[in-house]
Amino acid sequence: MDVVTNILTLAGYEGLVFGIVAIGIHLTFRTLSFPDLSVDGTFPLGGAIAAVLISQGANPFLATFIALIGGMGAGLITGLLNTKLRISALLSGIIVMVGLYSVNLRIMGGANEPLLRDITSFDIMARIMPGASKLIVAIVLVVIVVILVIGFLSWFLRTEIGLALRATGDNEEMVRGFGVDTDKTVLIGCAISNGLVALAGALVAQNQGFSDVGMGIGMIVLGLASVIIGEALFRPRGITMVLLAAIGGAFVYRLFIAIVLRLGAAPGDLKLITAVLVIIVLTMPFIRKKLRGDWLPPAKRW
Amino acid sequence: MIGIHMNQTDSILKLRNVTKTFARQTVDEVIALSDITFDVHNQDFVTIIGSNGAGKSTMLNIVAGLYPPDRGGKIYIGENDVTRLIGYKRAGFVGRVWQQPDLGTAGHLTIEENLSLAILRGKRRGLRRAVSKARKELFRKELSLLNLGLEDRLKTPVNTLSGGQRQALSLVMATISKPSILLLDEHVGALDPNTAKTVLELTDKIVEREQMTTVMVTHNMEVALHLGTRLIMMNKGKIVVDIDAERKRRLKVSDLVSAFEQAAGESFDDDSILLSHAEHMK
Ligand SMILES: Nc1ncnc2c1ncn2[C@@H]1O[C@H](COP(=O)(O)OP(=O)(O)O)[C@@H](O)[C@H]1O
Ligand SMILES: [Mg+2]
Repeated sequence: MDVVTNILTLAGYEGLVFGIVAIGIHLTFRTLSFPDLSVDGTFPLGGAIAAVLISQGANPFLATFIALIGGMGAGLITGLLNTKLRISALLSGIIVMVGLYSVNLRIMGGANEPLLRDITSFDIMARIMPGASKLIVAIVLVVIVVILVIGFLSWFLRTEIGLALRATGDNEEMVRGFGVDTDKTVLIGCAISNGLVALAGALVAQNQGFSDVGMGIGMIVLGLASVIIGEALFRPRGITMVLLAAIGGAFVYRLFIAIVLRLGAAPGDLKLITAVLVIIVLTMPFIRKKLRGDWLPPAKRW
Repeated sequence: MIGIHMNQTDSILKLRNVTKTFARQTVDEVIALSDITFDVHNQDFVTIIGSNGAGKSTMLNIVAGLYPPDRGGKIYIGENDVTRLIGYKRAGFVGRVWQQPDLGTAGHLTIEENLSLAILRGKRRGLRRAVSKARKELFRKELSLLNLGLEDRLKTPVNTLSGGQRQALSLVMATISKPSILLLDEHVGALDPNTAKTVLELTDKIVEREQMTTVMVTHNMEVALHLGTRLIMMNKGKIVVDIDAERKRRLKVSDLVSAFEQAAGESFDDDSILLSHAEHMK
């Protein structure tokens, strides 16, 4: 394979798998207006659960599913801290993220859990596709997962409960005025969001052959960057398009990272590069307004 | 106080000794409602006027369940004691439209999505499709009665509508699932005069057609006299004037001002109301 195809397929796989994270983050940050930072902890939680179960001989698909459920549980806790104990959304997420660090260490019995000799979901997929390269196998499996995720959310967000959830992030007081218990819609949203992030963590751990307690660092920033890039590039309208734009944004973001690495950046530099990239995309609309000479209100702090 | 009807069986809303104190036992303590006992009967259309801070919004908020009254007060809707029922649990009984157009609708959602949310007022929400064919048909029918062309724009995000259109939509949303009582809090207060007139006409039409029991706060005396079947004036947390349909028909704004002065035992000095009075005179 030549370099360009190489970079594109790699970004394709990573865009899809981190696109699932971006969709989860879209659900909380955008749909619910709930800035949930717990994802830095739920991503490795998903990896840890899947890796430990698989290394103990569990069916890898079942292990992946249980990882998703575990992530939903963590998201539920974040939601409960906010809705029932009235801790701010931002702090609720941070508290859960910090707590999960210890939980993840406990689950793995250490800082990481290797999967070298174990049969992962990707290994099973490879058996179905003899002759295909490792990366193509990974892409096919992740495409299937992404189709399931987008299909589920496109359906769910159009149901009566799903509509109430979307309206909660828009005008909570009004939604309550129509008899919706918005605590419940927030809990459902946080659970699904973190479930998806843990699912992505489980897939990444299986594909890279190990789970690591630090693998979630920067996940929020990465996911937010993807969401924002997707919105800016594709200006999506409608539920399904918004979800696809998150995947597209993640792909563009990973492509950018792959190119930067090619150009000689060290893997350790990536977090800083991402941080700078996020600053740039976040401030773009602001700078455009500033250049136009618009009147700008003071900064928001959520 | 004039014309309080007690122990009527057809009361939709009953307030019994309702007092509301804000910031109790601080220097900012305010008694927003002071021992109010008040009945709204089936198909009453009550208009409420009163100076700023009289307690009009507080009364509507307490009926809607935004906060409870002080201990001892009771609120009944129909036969139900709702005093301790938190807001979203009594939403099945109470429809509301606020002053600011963006409060009554979800701006990022489309017209049909907003209406789908509204049509399930107080009902269990499940995993059925929220915007169904049958519902869309109903929405078109309801919206076409407004004569604003909204029936052809079901997929339009609500934040692209004008303030008047949003208030008209809020009215339909508030009434489409037939709550026991409709609360309007200066719902045309943020609109320009022409739009305000249109929305008031729509209000009258909808209340009439749906035979809604309605409580409407307005700062415009003429509107308060012209619309509705009963008029109430509030001052300092109390209902000081209560006029039935019969007397209301014969009343003029100047009568209203003197009725207020007599009841409140003070001269009428609220700028905003005198202003709408003056507008009426010219
Ligand atoms: N949430 C609140 N906290 C503290 N004081 C309030 C609150 N709501 C209303 N008040 C006070 O209660 C009084 C009545 O207010 P309100 O019912 O809004 O009057 P109106 O709608 O008749 O203008 C005012 O003095 C107001 O400042
Ligand atoms: Mg008011």
